[in-house]
Amino acid sequence: MAKVDNARSGGYAQGEKAWMAKNALDDLIQALRRRGYRTVLPRVSEGAIVYADAKNTDNLPIGVLDAQDGGTYRLSQTDEDTYFDYVVGPHSLKNYMFLPREPVLSGKRVDGKWHFSTPQDPPEPLAVIGVRSCDLHALAIQDKVFLQGEYVDAAYQARRAALFLVAVNCRRALATCFCHSMGTGPALDQGYDLALTELGGNEEEGGFVVAVGTDSGGDVLSEVPTREATKAEISKAQEQVRQLAQELEQRDCGPADAAPSASDLPRQRQLDTGGIRDLLLNNLEHTQWEDVAERCLACANCTLVCPTCFCSSVEEISDLTGEEVRRERVWSSCFTAEHSYMNSGVVRQNTKARYRQWLVHKLATWIDQFDVSGCVGCGRCITWCPVGIDLTEEVAAIRGDQS
Amino acid sequence: MAAVRKKKLAVFKFASCDGCQLSLLDCEDELLQLAEAIEIAYFLEARSQQLPGPYDIGLVEGSITTPHDRARIQEVRQKCHRLVTIGACATSGGIQALRNWADHDEFLNYVYAKPGFIDSLATSTAISDHVRVDYELRGCPVNKHQLLQVVSAFARGLKPQLPTYSVCVDCKREGTVCVAVSQGVACLGPVTQAGCGGALCPTHHRECFGCFGPQEMPNPASLSARYKSQEVDSPRLVRLLRNFNSNAPAFRDEGNRLSG
Repeated sequence: MAKVDNARSGGYAQGEKAWMAKNALDDLIQALRRRGYRTVLPRVSEGAIVYADAKNTDNLPIGVLDAQDGGTYRLSQTDEDTYFDYVVGPHSLKNYMFLPREPVLSGKRVDGKWHFSTPQDPPEPLAVIGVRSCDLHALAIQDKVFLQGEYVDAAYQARRAALFLVAVNCRRALATCFCHSMGTGPALDQGYDLALTELGGNEEEGGFVVAVGTDSGGDVLSEVPTREATKAEISKAQEQVRQLAQELEQRDCGPADAAPSASDLPRQRQLDTGGIRDLLLNNLEHTQWEDVAERCLACANCTLVCPTCFCSSVEEISDLTGEEVRRERVWSSCFTAEHSYMNSGVVRQNTKARYRQWLVHKLATWIDQFDVSGCVGCGRCITWCPVGIDLTEEVAAIRGDQS
Repeated sequence: MAAVRKKKLAVFKFASCDGCQLSLLDCEDELLQLAEAIEIAYFLEARSQQLPGPYDIGLVEGSITTPHDRARIQEVRQKCHRLVTIGACATSGGIQALRNWADHDEFLNYVYAKPGFIDSLATSTAISDHVRVDYELRGCPVNKHQLLQVVSAFARGLKPQLPTYSVCVDCKREGTVCVAVSQGVACLGPVTQAGCGGALCPTHHRECFGCFGPQEMPNPASLSARYKSQEVDSPRLVRLLRNFNSNAPAFRDEGNRLSG
């Protein structure tokens, strides 16, 4: 183990930066667990890097890289000693904060009288390790949806208050990434308790520059073997982040409908957001909506992997006797018929109307509703669309040929 | 509260493997509750008592494959206030609808020593091709929780609420990684209706085989085009589509187009 001051007295203050050896990451997990946190870490499962409960760092995807493009996701194993050089997987913080299925009410009839109760159990404190900048911005958007409107979602609020985030600065960007277009990355700028920047690999001793984002982050870090980061380490970390940002900014994608380049490399995404709200709202009858509807499966994958999509449906479940009932909130999607079902029937009757609803809300009317775009540029909707529909291409097609 | 007359339930079998009726028996714990909530008036697989119709709810398993059954379904319809088809056979014709693409007489000659004794139709068709159906329960076999939900809803005069969206919705709710995207496996999930119980096959790292038939807004042509670009050939895709729900219109039409 690298030479460290164990448990620096007084702890770290917000804004301070520490150096943590790679193998001390497990000490960080143990410090969190001692404080009662359930710990969730990245791991390889079913051919992808997902979030899963873990008690230690044994199953971290060390040396694993992901390659993503429209409708494809593949992993490869390198012999590099890198902890977080994959980018984003199918899961996001949404899976833990806005639960896929959540009981909201249960009722029981006793002697002819109904007794209703709402779940009141306080949530288990949760620490998630490996979160990226795009996902922290997505979380901030979901906070607006669930906490900052007229109605506050109490269960979300309780989970959110008990959430500890160990974020990671990306060192790679995928072809599907376009956080630079959305102003959400790649550099971490907000929303974390601790932020790790990984340095080194096989050639040199690796470790993390750890930035302290909150007091509780500093407290936890004080229980982990660390030392103050040197100026050289801090500037190296900053330079690494700056270089990735520059690489993204310099992407020259060319027109979306350009012929595929000679190489087999996937197209590097970006999204021109200039005037995007009006662009989409002024082109609601553009022929591109018909075009995309030919390809769209209306399967809802894009909305469900989207870290900001927040639609839900309520299911009423009763036992056979009708004496016990419960109500559950489940993830829903604007690609389903039930989503637009009203008294007179289904409002959005075809895939064209449903895709248009999704994209126009995500990129245009979301701004009216929440003062921010609903897209953070994580690219999940592109990767996890089984037919590889790419929203950046759809927008570019509309922009390039305004009717 | 005055005693309410228990609703009478009948279960009828047509051309099928009995698996969907077994799903009802498989309810075990809930079966006693079910028997309390409704009167099981006619269910040959479960009890010898046979009460005469009319019935409040008729569950129909199986497809129409003989002239005799074609006439019998009309009688069944007349005896049932609500007619609910259960399973892929009853809702689309089942696996036996593969005969719709084959030479029926040739089959008879191969299988039976004296085919003259056999009186069957050249096709296997859904119950709704013959009579009005009030509700269709998908699956091969049906999901027992859905079955209970439907019976319980009809028993209390309610409209059942079952999903018609894609299997993908269940995969994502379960946190299951998409096998089509991460492994390049030809999966029917995006065009198949949810309901099997949390996307059963993908949860076990297999592709969806389409047991629940087409989802509400299926686009199998786009999905086939994608799989073909990933070097899944047409015959493989046709086999995938011509399975438990080969005769469901969206799967049937795409299978025909691909085998063109």
